[in-house]
Amino acid sequence: MQALSLKPAVGMKFRQGHARKTQILVLVVIITNVLGNVSLSHGMHQVGRIVSASPLDYLRAFANPWTALGICVLVVWILSDLALLSRADLSFVLPVTASAYVLVAIGGHFILHDHISWERWTGIAFITLGAILAEETPDRTTKRPAERAP
Amino acid sequence: MKWLLVAIIAVSNTLGDVLNTAGMKRQGEVEDLRPRSFAVMVKRILRNPLVLGGFAALAVSFFALLSLLSISSVSFAVPATAISYLLETLLAKYILGEDVRLRRWAAATLVAIGVVMLSF
Repeated sequence: MQALSLKPAVGMKFRQGHARKTQILVLVVIITNVLGNVSLSHGMHQVGRIVSASPLDYLRAFANPWTALGICVLVVWILSDLALLSRADLSFVLPVTASAYVLVAIGGHFILHDHISWERWTGIAFITLGAILAEETPDRTTKRPAERAP
Repeated sequence: MKWLLVAIIAVSNTLGDVLNTAGMKRQGEVEDLRPRSFAVMVKRILRNPLVLGGFAALAVSFFALLSLLSISSVSFAVPATAISYLLETLLAKYILGEDVRLRRWAAATLVAIGVVMLSF
């Protein structure tokens, strides 16, 4: 909406700044997704298996610092993902943020020394290629509400 | 039962993302990355039926995933994720009116295949 209040002369600059902020949001979404899930998973492994249906057992899981940290980071992930969806197309956001899968796999390989089979390397290559292809398209192709008005 | 859960996960996940996107677009762009802008965004979301509906759909997807994980291995959840990528791209084009051409179809397809390969 603010775009309309700017003079056309600064339109180009606005677009560059706009694209830059969207790129930063993409990075925040990917990084918080990875860190939140890794932290949550680490915490839940320390807590152990919860087989009961009692909410108290789940509350106890939140007392684990890794679980609590993971949940806090995932809240940031949800908020930044929604902010990103307010600015960019869903069909742009989905493939681009799928890079999180690649980061988890590569991180697991180099930090936890997980074995990566050739099938998984192929999967990593496919997702990376998909993310690059989507990144090359404009981040938003739909009109903003203010632009839609006659 | 397993495949029914896979279908529920894929459909509710897709519905959740599409509703969230439609709701956030209607609500207007988050202009900058300051905490204040995010606080305003959250306040508006609480009165945004589309996004609240999106959250409800994602909650259904989450609990269906938990049920699926309790009766089968994680690898069973993978097809649901892969299908979601394609289904969401389809709805993004026809419901959200996004300009989805060859490049974005190729991107979604590559990611969907990649997610399946990564589970091996």
